[in-house]
Amino acid sequence: MSGSGAESINRSRGVDWALKGYILLAYLFVFAPIAASFVFSFNSDRFPSIPLGSFSLEWYEAVAADPLVWQGLRNTLVVGVVVGVISTLLGFGAAYTDYRYKFAGKQVYLALALLPPTIPVIILGLAMLAYLSRINLSGNALSVIIAHVVVCAPFAMAIIRLRLSQMDPALEPAAWNLGASEWKTMRHVIVPFTKPAILGALFITMAVSFDEFAVAWFVSGLNETLPVKVLGFLQGQVSPRINAIGTFVFVLSMTLVILAQLLLSGKGANDRAPADDKE
Amino acid sequence: MRRPVSLYGLTFSLPLLIWQLLFFVFPLLFLVALSFWTVKNFVMSPDFDTVNWTTMYGRAVFWQAYGATFALAAGAAALTSILAFPCAYAIAFKLSDTARRWAVFLMVIPFFTSYLVRVYSWQIFLSDNGIINVMLGWIGLGPYPLLNTVGATMVGYLTLSFPLVVLLQLFSLVFIDRTLIEAAHNMRCGRVRTVFEVVIPSARVGLVIAALFAFILSFGDFVSPIYLGGGDPTTLSILITDTTKSGQQWPRAAVIALTMIGTLMVVAFAAVQFAYKGKTK
Repeated sequence: MSGSGAESINRSRGVDWALKGYILLAYLFVFAPIAASFVFSFNSDRFPSIPLGSFSLEWYEAVAADPLVWQGLRNTLVVGVVVGVISTLLGFGAAYTDYRYKFAGKQVYLALALLPPTIPVIILGLAMLAYLSRINLSGNALSVIIAHVVVCAPFAMAIIRLRLSQMDPALEPAAWNLGASEWKTMRHVIVPFTKPAILGALFITMAVSFDEFAVAWFVSGLNETLPVKVLGFLQGQVSPRINAIGTFVFVLSMTLVILAQLLLSGKGANDRAPADDKE
Repeated sequence: MRRPVSLYGLTFSLPLLIWQLLFFVFPLLFLVALSFWTVKNFVMSPDFDTVNWTTMYGRAVFWQAYGATFALAAGAAALTSILAFPCAYAIAFKLSDTARRWAVFLMVIPFFTSYLVRVYSWQIFLSDNGIINVMLGWIGLGPYPLLNTVGATMVGYLTLSFPLVVLLQLFSLVFIDRTLIEAAHNMRCGRVRTVFEVVIPSARVGLVIAALFAFILSFGDFVSPIYLGGGDPTTLSILITDTTKSGQQWPRAAVIALTMIGTLMVVAFAAVQFAYKGKTK
């Protein structure tokens, strides 16, 4: 709530409405392609446009009948789950390190922990391909996992670090004073407290991995993930099958994100109600 | 008071460090070495030869692509920032707390939809018989060639960075001290002038960082320039994919990639300098 009294001098209904209209336009632009993909995945036309053709599930059937798509889906799921688990473990370690320790070179450590997502994926993809094929790790699902963890771990670290910063810093020393070892404190104090963030990070990193196509395209070789398959469709005969896959992956990703959101906000609000209104 | 190095501490700090060294730092360093390797008869061999650098830098195509990529990315950063600002501003100052939370949530959703699928979706809108041309046809206009244009590439770049830029701008706007704005209003500063002389300077760091991210994302993206822009003009990212995927010219691709990283580092450094200019901690 901003101080409406002082602002009223310059308040004008017209401008307010124009700005709100602009917000709507912006969201229209952002959601137009997402909505169109959803709508046209159920549309019979080979070359989608308006007016709409008839309702049809043929693209879903075409996708479901393609064994390569199933293989891609399996790769995507396996890679996503493994990436989620490893990224969350590594991210948790880094977040805890940042929370608890001060040491020389910490800036460098944090840079390493957080920088990878800012490097263009195409460069990362090329570097990974060249390096991994040099050490004979390229062209399989393992190489995609390795590359995705590099990109995903920073997200996990950021999410868990945020949760740790909500923890009362006296909690850990208190447990030590009561005779708990560091390991016991970790197990009975830190992990339970950060659990929603850990699960949140798990789901978010999985979702990031599900949608990543560029690095995966470079390093996956014949073990294509689903997004790489979509890229293949885009390169070859463009077909509404992309919409069907896109809608399916969207539903999958959103389920994960909403789960993560529920975990992060629901649990956090219970533990620390006042932490929510930070404005 | 506590031992600086313990097994306990290392258990948590080392795994990420090792992983990022092995699979992030080393690959990037290897890229540097790779750029000096030579390729003969489609076989790469370790070498220390500057031939890749001189070949690439001696090509007009490379510099054209460099100029085009830089101009496109700079244009995309400016355009995205300008289009995003009124939106972020309105969300920050004109919405209730509940509506703002929803707005943020909705802006996060695009991050979890496939960028490829959205780009394909834009093809449906922009193609010659696409949604926009059909709609224009209803009022007797067009059809206009919309796909395979620079404008279409920009739409793709906007799709990529608009949500992130709005969110970053929003976070810097939300934390502006509102008494500053009230003070400006009390002193009869008009609303537009308040935006330019109070709001934008206060949020400068966030706005510049947001523009920087838009630049980085657009600079490295190869999907929009190919599938919306039709591959014309050729960007550095297109050059990299072509050079890597056709034949074994990885060393030359490495030269392009390193040039891109160098450029991004300079731009990022300049942007951060500019963002924090005159701010003493």
